[in-house]
Amino acid sequence: MTRNRRGREPRPLRAGSGAPIRGFRDDSGRWGCYPGRVNIKSFMRASRLPLTLGLVLLIGALSLASLLIGPAPIAPVRALTALVSDQGAATIVVRDIRLPRTILAVLVGWIFGLTGAGLQGLLRNPLADTAVFGAPQAAAFGAVVVLYSGLVGALSWVLPLAAILGALVSVALVVAVAGRQATVVVLVLSGLAVGSLAGAGTSLAISLSPNPFAVTEIVFWLLGSFEDRSIVHVGLASPFILVASLLVLAAATGLRALALGEETARSLGVNVMRLRLLLVAGAAIGTGASVAVAGTIGFVGLVAPHLVRPFVGYDPARTLVPSGLAGAALLTAADCAVRLIPSQTEIKVGVLTAILGVPFFLWVIARRKAELSETPA
Amino acid sequence: MTELRALGLAVDLGRRHALTGIDLTIPSGRLTVMVGPNGAGKTTLMRTLAGLLQPARGQVTVAGQPVSHMSAGERARTIAYLPQGGTVAWPLPVAEVIALGRLPHGEKPESLPTEGREAVAAAIRAAGLNGFEDRPATELSGGERARVLLARALATQAPVLLADEPVAALDPRHQLIVLEVLKSEARAGRTVVAIMHDLTLAARFADEIILLNQGLVAASGAPGTVLTEAGLAAHFGIQAHVAHDGGHLIVVADRPTPERGVGGDT
Repeated sequence: MTRNRRGREPRPLRAGSGAPIRGFRDDSGRWGCYPGRVNIKSFMRASRLPLTLGLVLLIGALSLASLLIGPAPIAPVRALTALVSDQGAATIVVRDIRLPRTILAVLVGWIFGLTGAGLQGLLRNPLADTAVFGAPQAAAFGAVVVLYSGLVGALSWVLPLAAILGALVSVALVVAVAGRQATVVVLVLSGLAVGSLAGAGTSLAISLSPNPFAVTEIVFWLLGSFEDRSIVHVGLASPFILVASLLVLAAATGLRALALGEETARSLGVNVMRLRLLLVAGAAIGTGASVAVAGTIGFVGLVAPHLVRPFVGYDPARTLVPSGLAGAALLTAADCAVRLIPSQTEIKVGVLTAILGVPFFLWVIARRKAELSETPA
Repeated sequence: MTELRALGLAVDLGRRHALTGIDLTIPSGRLTVMVGPNGAGKTTLMRTLAGLLQPARGQVTVAGQPVSHMSAGERARTIAYLPQGGTVAWPLPVAEVIALGRLPHGEKPESLPTEGREAVAAAIRAAGLNGFEDRPATELSGGERARVLLARALATQAPVLLADEPVAALDPRHQLIVLEVLKSEARAGRTVVAIMHDLTLAARFADEIILLNQGLVAASGAPGTVLTEAGLAAHFGIQAHVAHDGGHLIVVADRPTPERGVGGDT
C-alpha cells in the first residue's frame, strides 16, 4: 500500500463501494490479513519540537518587547542596560514596573492556555475554558469579598486563596451540573448561570461599599490588567501557577484515553475520577491565582488550544504544553498591544482579550454548529 | 488457557438487583455470545467481567486470578473492553486512535516501540483498515468507525476481549466483517465474549451462547441447545420459528407472546 496522506483516496474497502473484501484468511486460517503495508508512521513523525521551539522564541521576543515598551521614554539599549545594571530611574521603571508585568503576562497566559487545553480534553469539547465556566468571575467574587471585608490588604496570601476557592466552586459546580453526558448547551448555560451569580455577588459587594474611591479601584482591577504590578504579585501567583501546571500535566496520559469516552478510558486503566480532580483543581488554582493578581482576563484558554491544533494534532495530551506556550505568547502580545494603542489611559488587557476572544468563540460555534447540536460535551 | 470465570456474581445498580448469582465459565479459543432481552443484565454482566463494576458478591477471575486484585494497568492489559456505541471525540487519525489501545502497556502513540507498532499494524490489517490510517476518525461512516474502535481493542492484545453489541447499528456487510474478526481472535486463542441481539447471526458465529434473563443465566451451551422455540418464548416473550438450513440456525421472530412484556432497558 502506498503511503496515504490526508485527502488522497484510500484504497481498499470504502463503504458503499461494493469492493470485495480481500484476503479473508491467511495461511494460518486467521481472518482479515489484508495484503499490503500498513502506514502508521505518519502521526508518529509529527513532532512538536519545531512548534515548541518557535513558541519559546516568540515568547522571548515578546517579553523583550514588553520590557522596551512603555509610557516612559527609555531607549531600547538603555532599557536593556537598566535591566542588568543600575541606571537610576530607568532601572526602577524596567525592573520594578515592566519586568513584573512581563513575567505575570507570561505566567498567566501559560496557565490559561494549559488549563484551557486540559478542560477541552476533559470535557471532549473545543468550547471548554475556565471563562465559559464563569471561573474568572467567581474567582473575582472571592477576591472582592476578601478585599471588602477589610481583613487583609491586596498583597496578602488570603487574596489568591479566596480567588482559588471561588474558582474551585464555580468549575466544580459546572462540571457537576453539566455532568458526563451533558450537551454543550447545558455546559454553556451552567457556566453562564454560575458566572452571572458570581457577577451579581461582586456587584452587591461593590454597591454596598462605603468608599467610592475603592470602588473605582476594584472596578478597574476587575477589568483585568498587568499595569502597576510588582514583583510581590509575581511571588504571590507563581507558586500556585506551578502547582496548577503540575496538576494539569499529570493528567496528560489519561486525557488521551478519554478521547474515546469514559468507559473506554476506564477499561484502558485510567482513573477517570482522579483525572477529573486533577483538571478541576488545576484549572481552579491557576485561574484563582491569576485573577488574584491580574483581575479577570478571559478567553486566552479558549483560543490557545485552537491555535496549536493545526500543528500538533488533536491528541489532548500533546496539545497541553504548546497551548500553554501559545497562551503565554498571546497574553504577552496583548499586554504589549494595550501599551501601543494610543489612548488617554491604558486599555485594560482583559478588555482586549474579551474583544478578540468573543468573536473567536462565536466563530468556533458557527463552524461546529452541526456537530455541537448533537454531541454530548 | 485464559479462562474467564464468574463465581456467584451479584451486582446491584442502585437499589435494583441487576445480577443475582451468576456462575459462568467462559473458555478461551471460542467465541461466546451473550443474548437476552433488554434489561436482562447483559451490559451489567459484561462491565462486571471487565472489572469496571464492583460486584456486591462473588468475583470474576481470569486464568484463576481475581480481577479485583489486579492493578488498573494489569487489568487493562488482561481484558480489552469495547463499550457499546463508542465515539471518538477529536478528529484523530485512525492509526492514532488504534494506537491508544497500547496505553495499558505504557506505550504512547507518538513513540510506539516496535512491539506496539506491530500490534497496531496487525489490528489495522485484521479490521481491514489499510488505507484509512491517516483519515480523521470522526469523518468515517458508522461501520468504519466501529471497525476502528474494534481495532483499538485488538491492539491491546489482551487475552480477554469483551465487546458490548459490536454489530449494533451496522449494515450486514460490516456485521459480518466485525464478527469474522471476533471469531478469528477467538481462533487465535483468546477468550472472546460479545453481546448481540440478532439471534440468527449469533447462532451463525457463536461457539457458545449464554442466554441471560432477569439477572440470571437462563441457559448456556451450543447455539442449537439454547436457541429453542420454547426457550425463546420463555425468556424473550416471543413466538419464534427456529429453522435449520444447511447446518445454520435461522431464528424468525413471529410475534410477541400476549401474556408477557419485555422488561426495561439496562
